[in-house]
Amino acid sequence: MKPAGSIVFFTVASGAGYGLLFWLGLLGAGGLIGGDGLFVLTVIGLALVLITAGLCSSLLHLGNASRAWRALSQWRSSWLSREGVAAILTYIPAIGSALCVLTGAYGWAVLLALVAALCSLATVYCTSMIYASLKPIKEWAHPLVPAGYVILSLFSGAALLATLMALAGEDPSVPALQALVFGGLGAGLKWQYWRSIDTARPLATLGTATGLGRIGTTRPLDPPHTQSNYIMREMGFRVARKHALSLRRITLWAGLALPALLAALSLVIAGPLAALLLLVATLLALAGLLLERWLMFAEATHTVTLFYRGT
Amino acid sequence: MTCLPELVPGQKKLGLVIDLDTCVGCQSCATNCKEWNTSGMSAPLPDFNAYSAGAEGVWFNRVHSYEAGEGAAGKTVHFPRSCLHCENAACVTVCPTGASYKRAEDGIVLVDADKCIGCQLCAWACAYGAREFDEDEGVMKKCTLCVDRIYNENIPEAQRQPACVNSCPTGARHFGDLGDPDSKVSQLVAARGGFELMPEMDYKPVNRYLPPRAHVVPEQGKPVEDAPTPMDIKSSLLRFMDKVLTR
Amino acid sequence: MPGAEPHIDYSPSLGDTVKTTTCYMCACRCGIKVHLKDGRVRYIEGNPDHPVNKGVLCGKGSAGIMTQYAPARLRAPLLRVGERGAGEFKEISWAEALDIATGWLSKVRAEDPRKLAFFTGRDQSQSLTGFWAAQFGTPNFAAHGGFCSVNMAAGGLYTIGGSFWEFGEPDWELCKYLLMFGVAEDHDSNPIKIGIGKMKARGAKFVSVNPVRTGYSAVADEWVGIRPGTDGLFALALVHELLRTEQVDTAFLARYTNAPWLVVRNPGGADDGLFARDADGKPLAWDRSRGAIPAATADLSAVLAGDYTLPDGRTAVPVFQLLAERYMAPDYAPEAVAATCGIPAVRIKRIAAEIADVAFNQAITLNQPWTDVYGRRHETMVGRPVAFHAMRGISAHSNGFHSCRALHLVQMLLGAVDTPGSWRYKSPFPRPIPPGPPPAGKTSAPNTPIPGNLLAFPQGPDDLLVNEDGSPIRIDKAFSWEAPLGLHGMMHTVIANAGAEDPYSIDTLFMFMANMAWNSAMNPGEVIRILTEKKANGEYRIPHVIYSDAYFSETVPYADLILPDTTYLERWDAISILDRPIGSAHGPGDSIRQPVIEPDRDVRAFQTVLIDLGARLGLPAFTKPDGTPRFRDYADYIANHERTPGVGPLAGFRGPEGDKKGVGEPNPNQLQRYIENGCFWQHKIPHDQSYFKHANAAYLKDSKAMGLIPNENQIVMQIWSEPLQKFRLAAQGHGPKQPPEHLRARVAKYCDPLPIWYTPLEQQMHDTTGFPLSAITQRPMHMYHSWGSMNAWLRQITGSNKLYLARERGLAQGLVDDDWVWVSSRNGRLKCQVKLMEGVNPDTVWTWNAIGKRAGAWMLTPDSPEATKGFLLNHVISEWLPAQEGFRSANADPVTGQAAWYDLRVDVQKCAADEVPLTAPHWDTLTPPPDMPPAPDMLRYTVGEKA
Repeated sequence: MKPAGSIVFFTVASGAGYGLLFWLGLLGAGGLIGGDGLFVLTVIGLALVLITAGLCSSLLHLGNASRAWRALSQWRSSWLSREGVAAILTYIPAIGSALCVLTGAYGWAVLLALVAALCSLATVYCTSMIYASLKPIKEWAHPLVPAGYVILSLFSGAALLATLMALAGEDPSVPALQALVFGGLGAGLKWQYWRSIDTARPLATLGTATGLGRIGTTRPLDPPHTQSNYIMREMGFRVARKHALSLRRITLWAGLALPALLAALSLVIAGPLAALLLLVATLLALAGLLLERWLMFAEATHTVTLFYRGT
Repeated sequence: MTCLPELVPGQKKLGLVIDLDTCVGCQSCATNCKEWNTSGMSAPLPDFNAYSAGAEGVWFNRVHSYEAGEGAAGKTVHFPRSCLHCENAACVTVCPTGASYKRAEDGIVLVDADKCIGCQLCAWACAYGAREFDEDEGVMKKCTLCVDRIYNENIPEAQRQPACVNSCPTGARHFGDLGDPDSKVSQLVAARGGFELMPEMDYKPVNRYLPPRAHVVPEQGKPVEDAPTPMDIKSSLLRFMDKVLTR
Repeated sequence: MPGAEPHIDYSPSLGDTVKTTTCYMCACRCGIKVHLKDGRVRYIEGNPDHPVNKGVLCGKGSAGIMTQYAPARLRAPLLRVGERGAGEFKEISWAEALDIATGWLSKVRAEDPRKLAFFTGRDQSQSLTGFWAAQFGTPNFAAHGGFCSVNMAAGGLYTIGGSFWEFGEPDWELCKYLLMFGVAEDHDSNPIKIGIGKMKARGAKFVSVNPVRTGYSAVADEWVGIRPGTDGLFALALVHELLRTEQVDTAFLARYTNAPWLVVRNPGGADDGLFARDADGKPLAWDRSRGAIPAATADLSAVLAGDYTLPDGRTAVPVFQLLAERYMAPDYAPEAVAATCGIPAVRIKRIAAEIADVAFNQAITLNQPWTDVYGRRHETMVGRPVAFHAMRGISAHSNGFHSCRALHLVQMLLGAVDTPGSWRYKSPFPRPIPPGPPPAGKTSAPNTPIPGNLLAFPQGPDDLLVNEDGSPIRIDKAFSWEAPLGLHGMMHTVIANAGAEDPYSIDTLFMFMANMAWNSAMNPGEVIRILTEKKANGEYRIPHVIYSDAYFSETVPYADLILPDTTYLERWDAISILDRPIGSAHGPGDSIRQPVIEPDRDVRAFQTVLIDLGARLGLPAFTKPDGTPRFRDYADYIANHERTPGVGPLAGFRGPEGDKKGVGEPNPNQLQRYIENGCFWQHKIPHDQSYFKHANAAYLKDSKAMGLIPNENQIVMQIWSEPLQKFRLAAQGHGPKQPPEHLRARVAKYCDPLPIWYTPLEQQMHDTTGFPLSAITQRPMHMYHSWGSMNAWLRQITGSNKLYLARERGLAQGLVDDDWVWVSSRNGRLKCQVKLMEGVNPDTVWTWNAIGKRAGAWMLTPDSPEATKGFLLNHVISEWLPAQEGFRSANADPVTGQAAWYDLRVDVQKCAADEVPLTAPHWDTLTPPPDMPPAPDMLRYTVGEKA
């Protein structure tokens, strides 16, 4: 699948934003967020900026963005519609929580942040299900895909929150620990995922796609058109195996393991250095996730290519 | 709306039956579809870089060719590919806006261009590559089974068929109700062992393909063999001399 | 509101107007209905009432809209202002253009009309263009048949009085076994497709003999991947097998062929090999009880073998004996031919046994009484349901004439000519063998028409167009000793001969719809060299080149004067009964084109321009006695021209009331009647005339009455061809007209009265060891030669071509798909990409025809794949055979002059890794004529509500 830049940015940015909201809500409910109202407002603001930037970016993928409102209508069947609904719904408790902070209704703020956390989780899950429900793409219709999106969103959100807390002079160790845990989980999950897609059997063959397998090995002779087309540009993108493997390594080590390690280090090092470590960890994590999402597309194969290439 | 219609007993399922044993790959179905539909309900079907490198356009029907099997024992097969109007149409259920829908009355899968936001998720969801994105207009288009022909009262009844079926010179394309076991198309499918594409997807395509007939596998004889002797030939010629022929 | 299904207009209008006309997206001539809205084409569909296509339409015809609106359409007459080839033109008015043309042509006509070479390419109006040339007074006329189909036409017309190609068809309804050889897809395209569909639905067996398994061969029940150029040998092996197993329809042979005719056996004598004839010239046969009597005796009890002494003491043998002697020889045994053909002997034997089984054990009997030419009534029609069909795979070889005859011989032995279930003649065939008078043009004189047909039928040396010394009269050397049966002329040699001034120089080359500077030339580079060559005095070797085409083809820049033609939807045309009408086995028919849209450019239909020029030049048939033009335009000519009294371009709706068929006075409302009838006319013959037309009394009588044939005599199929024997006798030193010495042996060898097979000439004449592969082209079903690349839809389907080669061979050479390779032949080399495949003869490579384009032509940008990846095999073909002692002869069939495109042998080698991935040769980019609008980047063609 052709990596769609707008979507890659969208899922990384909003993923981080939702992750941030999630941890804010959860840790806030557990009384684990220190700092003043301004800090909370900053966290909510940053989360919403990331989410909104991501959503705006996703509109760039649309052929007719002016009708995007229509996407909210089909929540009964469409994960994309559900994602849209969930994304919009998330704004309500998030903004509500911020307003409660401003008005000093802290109890309500904590409660609404918790609701926003649940909405965030739901939104990320919906996003993941858009991919996971696409049967013709075996790298997406994979049980580890939803878990991956959620875990990596929580990872980047935790790293962000830890960084913000450290920068604000608060103790970041709880979110840093979460970043360590979810970074580690994410790394393990991606490793397992890649192993799995590398060994997965193809969904179909040219023989079953055309029904000609009954005659013998089937090979394309002439394509319908000698130049490319939308379908092949969109679904036929292939990244070279060698290239993909090195990108995987970078993602795994620099994007997941190293930030997790830095988060772990921050637990034992206090002060400005910890803030710096966490900042570096967050930036690495976000860059790594951009790479990871790019690979999600680039390594995904679609059954339609069988018709064109035979594989 | 993007929920699939509930199937009722005797559900009408309009679709195509394509005979791979007869298709010679002439592209009639592809270009006739293009000319009908470029001024039809999905008009226009744009062409980009029309007179330069990278020429490509929106086509609802594309004809591949394949080879199956090896050497002289193999087969060349022309393979038209278009929307299969699946019963389990994922392209419909993934649509966030309701632009994609499957009609309850005849099973045709359509796109309402006025509602389409161009998210292209339906193209990702289609296992068969049947969705065609109009990158200029930003909306998804697709085979309509010529819904603006098959019920068209301005067209003589015999030609109220999809353009691809009407034009096909070899008669390799058949149109009808695959939900009716007694229909001509259903009977053709039964008689010829018609199959669906990529059944493992469980999309339950309505369209069916008829397989190429089993064919002669040529002898694997040695290229050089013993020739007959001149004596064999002479005796045969003599026998012709005895034949008397009366008009 | 989301959730509601949108309103759908189920019955949109198809436009405001619908007009019928005839397609011209290839040579098939299908009936179409063109739906228009506000003068723009909404939809083109097949006309369900039309006899050719019965409502269907192929991939080309369905893309007609994009041909109609292609940006490559020429816009106005053009006059060259720069050097030839530079593409520098200025637009001029039609008045200027016609003045210039008239000036050049009238001078030629007044001095030496032969100096006009008028060659009209893929012309569907040859009855007009040929007539115009004769009126002008030049013998130098032909269309493109010489490089296309003449082997099949000559092979058929001199053998069975009809031919394959679009002039005959398998009995699609009844045939049980079809053996198809190398059928191209641009003639009879939809009828063949419809027929194959019907046959396959019935479960009949379809065997395709073709080096390549694409198109029709792909749906064959059995594919015989023969080596190119060996089909004739395969057919003669079938003959051998049928004779060996004595599965021959001797009754058919005795009744309908010259198998019982007596041939004089007098080795060395001037009458050797001629038919024994009585005092009235009637051929004799040997009757068991009465001895030598005319073969056309109703109760003849003929012998087919044995030596007989004629009353005058000479010895004669029946034709059948001669054929049996030849083909039962071990040379034609399957075992002997297997290696050459690339088909195992067991397979040849099986196929022979299968066709014999179907012919003799599965015969069809129709309860349909009929009466033969002897007046005898037959209660039934017995058919041999084995049909043959063949086209270009046979035709495009230098042994194609004989290979075609060999196929007809198999048909005759099986008794499978025009019987139920077999191959059938299409009207106006069968015609006498040969069909008409000899070619006109022996003499030409200033300002004097040549009476007769320029392209016609020699019966022997006396009919050749040669000078006293045996040298050719025609510029293309057709009807000379180099091509005695050059029935369609030899367009492929015209420019080369004119360039060499052999046999003489010409002044004006006038061409129509022939892309001679590109894909229509056997060697485009050589054509370009000659067209741009100048003599010592600075004048071009060919001083004037006039070209008429509707599009900016590669040939346009090489002409001096361009007469822009209309598109096929903008003009009148006649698919004339005098030329190549649309008759079928069910009866005669012809058709017209009518303009369905107004041209939006300053263009005129070529035929109308020709008629105008005819009047300006004062050609008698185009001028009234007072010197004014006889015809207003082509439409006027179609309706009112009479070739002989009562016979004109169209056979239908003749006579003042429009009720006469074939022969009748001109009808002023004739075109209107055609339009009312869907732009065609068809006469359906009664059932008792449906088969055995060559000997069917009622059919022959009615056909004569309609002017289709000159007499009602039986058309006796000619296994032994006396005209060929006459040429051979001349070569052996008999008679006043003999070939020049350098051609004597060649004529003697190749003018064999019985079919022979020989290695294609080109391959005999050079060392092929370095060129192990045969190389041929195939026609993509959706392209008609070069006229698909300016079509925005068709060029998406095939915008570039690759060289296909057998997977095993390719892998052995370390080649994978898309690798760049050099393809070399004795004539040069080209660079292209390869594609490996299974369904190709292992010793053969092939590619799609005419996809490669010269950069800039057809209003395609120079980066188009047609120019960067597409290629023409033509660049490695030579128009000449390898040089022979002192003279060179065309790379063509020695009997008919048919261009031997498919005799090519090549070698394929992988390109070095550092070579540029760009097709070679890659010619300079052509610049479009002035004032051509730029081609749009994006098309959103639509007509109707969203327009």
